[in-house]
Amino acid sequence: MLANHIGFYSLIMGLLSSILIFIFSLKSYQGKVIDKRIIPSSFFQLFFVIVSFTSLVICFIISDFSNETVFNNSHTNKPIFYKISGTWGNHEGSLLLWLLVLTLFLFLFLINSRSELKQYRVLTVIFQQVIIIGFFLFVLFTSNPFSYLFPKPIEGLGLNPILQDPALAIHPPILYIGYVGSSLIFSATLAAVIENYISKDWAKNIKLWILISWIFLTIGIMLGSIWAYYELGWGGFWFWDPVENVSLMPWICLTALLHCVLILEKREILKSWTIILSIATFTLSMCGTFLVRSGILNSVHTFANDPSRGIFILSFLFLLVSISVIIFFLFHKENQNDYKKIYFLSKEVSILVNNWFLMYFLSVILIGTVYPIFLEVLTDHKISVGPPFYNKLIIPFLVFFLVFMSIGPNLKWIKETNIKNKVQLFIFFLISLFLSLFLFYKSGQTNLTITILLSSSLYLFIVTIKDFFTKDLYNLSKKIAHFGFSLLILSILLNSILSKEVIVNLKVGDKFNFKNEKIIFNSLENSRKVNYESVVGSFTIEDDKQKIYEFKPELRIYDQPVIITSEADIKVDLLKDKFLVMNIIKGEEYFNVRYQIKPFMIWIWISVLLLAVGGFLSLYKRFYEK
Amino acid sequence: MKNKILFFVLIFFLSFCFLVLFKSLDSSSIYVPEKSEERELPEFVSTELFLNEEITSNEIFSGNEFYILNIWASWCAPCREEHPQLMELSKNPSLKIIGLNYKDDPKRAKKFLKELGNPFSITVIDKKGIIAIEFGGYGIPETFVINKDKKIIKTYIGNLTDDSIKQINSLLK
Repeated sequence: MLANHIGFYSLIMGLLSSILIFIFSLKSYQGKVIDKRIIPSSFFQLFFVIVSFTSLVICFIISDFSNETVFNNSHTNKPIFYKISGTWGNHEGSLLLWLLVLTLFLFLFLINSRSELKQYRVLTVIFQQVIIIGFFLFVLFTSNPFSYLFPKPIEGLGLNPILQDPALAIHPPILYIGYVGSSLIFSATLAAVIENYISKDWAKNIKLWILISWIFLTIGIMLGSIWAYYELGWGGFWFWDPVENVSLMPWICLTALLHCVLILEKREILKSWTIILSIATFTLSMCGTFLVRSGILNSVHTFANDPSRGIFILSFLFLLVSISVIIFFLFHKENQNDYKKIYFLSKEVSILVNNWFLMYFLSVILIGTVYPIFLEVLTDHKISVGPPFYNKLIIPFLVFFLVFMSIGPNLKWIKETNIKNKVQLFIFFLISLFLSLFLFYKSGQTNLTITILLSSSLYLFIVTIKDFFTKDLYNLSKKIAHFGFSLLILSILLNSILSKEVIVNLKVGDKFNFKNEKIIFNSLENSRKVNYESVVGSFTIEDDKQKIYEFKPELRIYDQPVIITSEADIKVDLLKDKFLVMNIIKGEEYFNVRYQIKPFMIWIWISVLLLAVGGFLSLYKRFYEK
Repeated sequence: MKNKILFFVLIFFLSFCFLVLFKSLDSSSIYVPEKSEERELPEFVSTELFLNEEITSNEIFSGNEFYILNIWASWCAPCREEHPQLMELSKNPSLKIIGLNYKDDPKRAKKFLKELGNPFSITVIDKKGIIAIEFGGYGIPETFVINKDKKIIKTYIGNLTDDSIKQINSLLK
């Protein structure tokens, strides 16, 4: 009750302080010095949003069902950890979290940018405040998290039990930090365009924010994928689902931007391209929010869907994009003379080429995600785009992408003159080609595309390992990140080639032979847990070396709402995961049992972590150099 | 000049995207799980809200007509919203509406029906929410259409709309 009121009023106070900041910064843009009141009011804005968010968390913890958001998404029987994570597991709460991160980033920007140009700083604040005020209005008018219910319900409607998973509980906040970070990049870019400040110095400063968003986005996507693998029980980690795609697209764009800013920092070229990428990254993040939150993408849990929400985000998004397009065309003048000094064999050209490839991947994913929506509106046809589409369009180009990525970092800035030196690279290529041919010969498979893909990813792998042994250690962050990426591609590839799977219906006491292993269904055990009924099956798997593995997959029948989920039992190993999951067949004593051997699963997560570690190192270096 | 053309092309393209996405907001996005086969009615024993007598599912669904089972509660705000639709449906003589009062206080439930009208020919109490589970309910409100062979032929998750009323009426024919 009390927390509910405090939350609502501090949200309104937050809106007031954000309008104040907007007015102060407009004044200081015209004046000579920056208004001293901006930083304190930005602190108050952040403070009010924190208070508001905390009160919502408290409402969830004490299960105050007079709050509509709590009523719709919580339940007294839920464990405390998931009560808290329920705060951002729904539309209203997640938007409040957006707002929290937005205001936090603005505050951090303000206290971190004291050394920068005054006009640029003030303009960034103005643009960022436009976004913040937009979100304040959005939260208050279309998705108020503090709506009051009377009479007070006795029990809540529960949270989707599929969402009750630790990886998923921390996944949205981390992903949001990445998303929202792109808003600051967007504002800073627009400010820099107007002030004609797109330069080496600017690149150095903006790189910090790009790195922060990139790291969080990387980890956020990984956590989402871990959740899909362990919780959904389909045995995969990436399904090309629209909701997954909308998180991957900003990541690709941000990766391209990260590399582009490097060129800008070194050579002061590609200014327009950097601006376009910054705008695109933010647009894609907002698009993601729009597509997920408006309910255009189907989902079981879009009960009380309010179309006014979708219209608001959509109009707001297009307003921001139009403003940025107008600013870009009015203020930006690219200096054509910069381009006379570019040589084909140089680091910047190879980065640019890889940028094009990234843009190609991005557009494939964008079309795959958005095309069904457009088609339905224009022709009333319903189609769904699945993994084959993405695999067919992405894999052939991935080969060239990987080869360029191996060679590019070994070239020099401006112009590579010493070509003889690169014989080593060529030898590595031959080695990886033979190695992959040998692997395929051994395994008895003959698929040309996969062979080429494997050899190119092996090539990148070998080259990135070689890079660790060169004398200069100064670019360790890049080496680790690139090595992480090569490991990622390699483990995904080997995982998909070498995975084995069997699906069979078994009842208690049955045995089944699969390759050189024997699956035995021993027993079933029912028990009652806090908010679900648990059915645990006991399986043993024996291989030909008499090694015995015990598997205990579980079925959970949740109370509120009634949903059955299967918890796979996964035996994780450095070389392979063994994955066993069972499902109910209605009205029969048989269970549908799926057993999978998935090699190198853990290396997928490790390699993504390496990517993030690379980002962190680069961030650390930036602060260290300061 | 070239820049100007590019600018207008971009603005045109953006407005086109806006229009398409704007239109796509109109289409319903509530996803109803498809259940291809018709499901059997679960059997249960419960108490009638007003008579306070025990009643079995066989007694409730004994007639040779279409039934609608609606899961509701007095504390559920969307139930209040869909109540006029239920009242509208209750005017149809070839149809009987059964209310399943979910985890509710009987006094409040009676007050709710007194205030907004009672569309239900029978209201059964589901104090612990077990019957809703047997029906395979996802949440409340939820509505099941049951045909003359006592099979569930359609499920509506969330509140009923005018469209769903039209659909139900066409199912009855």
